[in-house]
Formats: sequence, C-alpha cells, structure tokens
Amino acid sequence: MNPGFHDLLGIEPLTAPEIAFLLDQSQPFQEIQRHPLKKLATLRGKTVCLAFFENSTRTRISFTTAASRLGADTMNLQAESSSLKKGESLLDTVRTLDAMKPDCIVMRHASSGAPHFVARHLEIPVINAGDGTHEHPTQALLDALTIRDRRGSLENLRITMIGDILHSRVARSNIHLLGRFGAHFTLCGPPQWVPRELETLAPNVRRVFAIEEALKDADVVMVLRVQTERLHEPALSVEDYILLYQLTPERMKLAPPQAIVMHPGPMIRGLEIDPAVADGPQSCVLEQVTNGLAVRMALLFQVMSIAPPS
Amino acid sequence: MLLIKNGRVIDPASRTDAQLDVLLEGGTIRDVAAGIVARDAAVFDATGLIVAPGFIDLHCHLREPGEEFKETIESGTRAAARGGFTAVCCMPNTKPVNDNAAVTRSIVERAAAVGSVRVWPIGAVTLGSKGEALAEIAAMRRAGIVAVSDDGRPVATAKLLRSAMEFCRELQLTVIDHCEDTSLSAGGVMREGPTSIRMGLHGIPACAESLAVARGVQIAELTGWKFHVAHLSCRESLDLVRRAKQKGVPVSCEVTPHHFTLTDEHIREYDTHFKMNPPLASREDRDALIEGLAEGTVDCIATDHAPHDAASKQVEFDKAPFGITGFETALPLALRELVHPGRISLMRMIELFTTGPARVLGPHVEQSRRIAKGCVADLTLFSTDRDWTFRAADSASKSKNTPFDGEKFRGGPAATIVGGEIAWKA
Repeated sequence: MNPGFHDLLGIEPLTAPEIAFLLDQSQPFQEIQRHPLKKLATLRGKTVCLAFFENSTRTRISFTTAASRLGADTMNLQAESSSLKKGESLLDTVRTLDAMKPDCIVMRHASSGAPHFVARHLEIPVINAGDGTHEHPTQALLDALTIRDRRGSLENLRITMIGDILHSRVARSNIHLLGRFGAHFTLCGPPQWVPRELETLAPNVRRVFAIEEALKDADVVMVLRVQTERLHEPALSVEDYILLYQLTPERMKLAPPQAIVMHPGPMIRGLEIDPAVADGPQSCVLEQVTNGLAVRMALLFQVMSIAPPS
Repeated sequence: MLLIKNGRVIDPASRTDAQLDVLLEGGTIRDVAAGIVARDAAVFDATGLIVAPGFIDLHCHLREPGEEFKETIESGTRAAARGGFTAVCCMPNTKPVNDNAAVTRSIVERAAAVGSVRVWPIGAVTLGSKGEALAEIAAMRRAGIVAVSDDGRPVATAKLLRSAMEFCRELQLTVIDHCEDTSLSAGGVMREGPTSIRMGLHGIPACAESLAVARGVQIAELTGWKFHVAHLSCRESLDLVRRAKQKGVPVSCEVTPHHFTLTDEHIREYDTHFKMNPPLASREDRDALIEGLAEGTVDCIATDHAPHDAASKQVEFDKAPFGITGFETALPLALRELVHPGRISLMRMIELFTTGPARVLGPHVEQSRRIAKGCVADLTLFSTDRDWTFRAADSASKSKNTPFDGEKFRGGPAATIVGGEIAWKA
C-alpha cells in the first residue's frame, strides 16, 4: 500500500495506516545507516531546498545528510540570510527559491502554519521541519520509529511528557501520532505550561502536576526541551523548575524498569534532565538522532518519487 | 422629488410595518402614506422590497488619510452604499490620527466631495491615541466628530477614561472603547481555547475583553456618562453590560456580523482572513451574542470594516494585521444568521442597524432618522428573498480581505438613498 504523500505539513491529518506506512518505509533506511558506504543514487538529479527561516542545527543537518545519502542535491536558505533581514516577505522568498526549480522544499519557521501558507502557493511538495508551536512531524515519526524498535509495538502505550507542553511542537505531533495508536498520555509540568485545553488533542490525555505521580506506569518518558527564553516570560524560576520537574535517577526509579527516556534535543543537562538519566541505559537519545536520518530519507523518497515529472 | 412606491415600510422608532409610499424632497421626507400621487416625482418601484430608515455603521475604518492603498473615503463609502449603509462612523486610527480639528475637517470635506454616503468621523480620545493626554475633543466636535474612541487600542488608563468621560458628558459625545487588557492579550493572534492550542497559535483569553468592559462599566457609573463597548465578543462582557443596564448605568454595546456568524473553529489552514481583533470567539460565546442581539442587551450591529491590502494579509498568520472588510456582507449575514432562522424579527434587525446606533450617538441623531415627515431622507431598501452569491472581487472596497468570499445569501441591499438621492442601487 502506498497512500501517496504530496506534502507533510503535520501529523494531525494522517491516519494510523499512513503513519505505519511511513515507519515501514523507514526500516530499510535504518539499515543503510549501519553500512560502511551509506550513499544511494535513488534521488540523483533531484534537488531538495532547505529553507530554515528559524535557526536549527540538528534538524537541518539531518535533512541535509538524508538528502545527500539519497544522492539528491541541496540548496540552503538560512535564518541569517540577507533577504530575510531586508524585509522580503515569506511568499516572495519561497517563490524565488521555487523559481530555482527544486523538487521539494523542507521548511522550518517560527510562525505556526507558515508551511501551510507556503503549500497553498507552491506546486512542489512542502515538508514541515517544525512550525512555531504547532507541529514537528518528522520528530514524531523518528520518535515513533525509536519506540517501535525498543518496545516492539506502538499500540496502547502509556506516554509521559514532561516540561513546556504548551509551547512544544514536538509534544503536539507526538500526541497526534501516538494517539492514533491508542496511547494514554500523562502531561506533566508547571501548570502555566500545561493548560487544560491540551486534553482535547487526543482521546486519553490527563494532566498531572507531580512528576512522581506522572512517572508511575510510564512506558515512555519524553522530556521536552525547556527554552530558557520562556523562563523569562515570566513563567517561573529556573530553580523551581529544576526542583519540581528535573528528570533525576531517583525519580526514574518510580517508573517501570523497562520504561524508555526520550529527548528531542537540544538537551540541557542539569536543567530538564540529569546527566545520569541522559546517559543511562533507558535513554534512547542518540538512537532518536540516527532514526531521524532514516525517517527523513524515507520521507524525501516518498514525496519526490511520486511528484509529477518536471 | 423621489417617490418610493409600493414598498413595505418598517420603522422601528414608530413600530411601523405597512405597505406605504414615501415621498422625498430636498433632503427630507415630505410624506409617508399609502397611495401617494406626486406628478413631478421620479418613481422608484419598491415592490417586494423592505423600506427602512437609513442604516448607520457605528464602526469602520476608511484608511484616509494615510493608507489610501487600503481604502479611500471614495471607495469605502461606495462599498458602504452597496451594503445599504447611509452613514458610517470612521475610527480615528488613520495616519495621522484624527486627534485634531484639522484632520476632522479634512475628512468631512473629502467626504462631502467624493463620498457616496454620509461620513461621521469619530475623534481620538487621546493625542495620537497614545494614551497620554486628552486630544482637542471640543475643537473636533465643532469640526464634526460624532463620538470619541482610541479604537485599535483601549483608552490606556482608567484615569484617562474617567477624565474623557467627564469631559464628554459636557460635550454630549459618547465614549467608545476598544475593550482589551493588553497585558493579557499581548502576542495573541486568536481566541485562547482548544483551537488555539491545537493550531499552536498564541491565544487571547476572553477575559482580556471582559476585564476592560468591567472597567468601563464602573467608570460609566462613576461619571454618569455614556460608555459604548466596541465589537463586544464574549459572554462575560455581555453579562457585564446586561447587569449595568439593569442598574441603569448608561452602557451600550455593538456586535459585528463576523462575531455572530463565525467561531474560532472556522479558522482553517491559517487563513489570515479569519484574523481580527477581538478574535473569533468560542461557539458558546457566539451563541451568547445571538441571545444578546435577540433579547435587547446588544444595541447595534457594527461592521468594524477594516480593509487591508492583499500583501499585508498574504503572510504568516501571526504576522498578519487584524481585520476584515464588512460593509457589503453585514445585512446579508444578519438576514441569513439571525432573521431567516427565526432568532430575531425583521423589525429587530432593522433596529440594530438604525435606531440602535442612532441612540448610541445621541437623541438628536435618533430623532432625525425616522421614517416620518420632516426627517432626513436617508433610506435603506433591501430584499429578504433574492438568492445571490457574494464575490469579493466585485466589492467596491479597495481591499478584498473577507472570509465570506463565495458565500451564498438570501436577501440583501437593493438601493441606498442618502439625502433624497439614490446613492446606489442594485
């Protein structure tokens, strides 16, 4: 079955079979990451435009590497680039990039919905590499691949998310994705960052404000990045955050021993997570990074191999 | 002389609802009766149409002076005429701000020269609407303003609002406030709720409005003067206005057609044509507004016609300016959403467009705008059963930023008569 993906703007519109298809397609690309020679010629002659209007290191490098391992060329727009500084509109910028005839555009933007806006105006596939506080679909896919490898299945998992859920696009995409497979979510963090409305994102979402309670029975613990700029909003003091919500080895003992710990990065050791947990046996932080390549290779292959011939 | 024949005349001021002819001469109504014969008069056959007092829009933005690429007094009043409005009150947030008599005079003169309908400017409460010092309100009144507001933003402090209310009581000018607690709304682009959470957009809680309504109500009580809530959008604000009215505090409010039609759930795919301030509310709030329109707590329907050029709106949702156009869709939306489903009567709807806004402006306006001998010859003629489709491209407004492009309607404006002359007819 090939559902046919033109764009990937978010996880929310996808069905469980579509998600499972993308994960299945990622498996052979996981193999490739273990080969001594990793470069394929599958997308030779194709061009991927990477338009990162918001700063990014790991996602940009991951997409660049994924494209290059498929044999595609990349063109890069970076946040610091001068056209943005000169006040050019987003629409003019992407139309200019499009006129250089890439076969797909991967974009990150600080405004929620910016990829949806761009997709309405361009013919070529648009892949959302993170939009504001909305979605980060490839992160959710790579997380799901990692969970499926470790746990054997995505069905009916108990997922605990800790941190700034309100502003997290990673949390939203993961809730949409794992919710399709019957997950029960426990959202934990300072109340300012865990508003009641989050309970409407999926059928089984509860809010818990004590981390000890939130960790009980968890199959997966997702630690979200604490953006220090958010701490100045003012939301709360760094000291209080660490005191109440840092994932420490002692607290991890409250979770089942087979529970896994994930973090989308970049990770600040000593703030949201204790180094001993980040480096411990339950952590899959580096597997997430490797799986990111596999998922992004699979996705680029999907959208560009079904795109109409130019 | 113009004779409007065979129409169904509905005048909320006198509770008239009858087949009557109306004879207009020299800018005033000369006669209202059945079977008028006037040999010298041009005849407008209004068979099948409603003949109402001229509609008044208490809240619009004509963008002139300063942003003529979005709208001009000429294009805006043409759109107003096409919407059935005979008089429109333009907010002072032009460039420069209408905070002095010279700007007021330039608007009045420009409107007299090129306007299709009457333009009644609203002056700024404070200099530059900056919320620091009161503007020259008395001088602007002499130049032609009909009310004051710092619309676009709230009157900055309670103290300034109090001063303005006390002074305006003396000048007999209603104070209109854009009610918003900006510390709560800062950075927000839509109503806070499940939809804003799902879309990852910064939300504005409903109480950002109602907190400021509470402030206004209490200052109206303190000063004993008229406080009008612009574009009221949520249940809590409505409750505050209802309670104030029950206590006899001189408070009034308006609701826009988009707020009684749409909710935050209608915002699709980050379409900036659904971005306005106050933002589209929850379904519960929308239902409360309809209830308020029906029971009488809401005094009038006002468009908040806010034209923006395509380039301003074709951007990321959080970067787009607030506002949508509204003149040409106001009456059709009121018919479709309120009258046809039986939520309010035709009489009540007309009241919301005529007597309601006139009363907010003052008794002198209210008195002159009935369908009676000697009153101003401003009339709005409309159909309640013509099927048609609104096309933004056909709008007379310079800007096409409407969420209602392609919407189907039953009934709408047929002719707009200003000062006894046909300003527009379908």
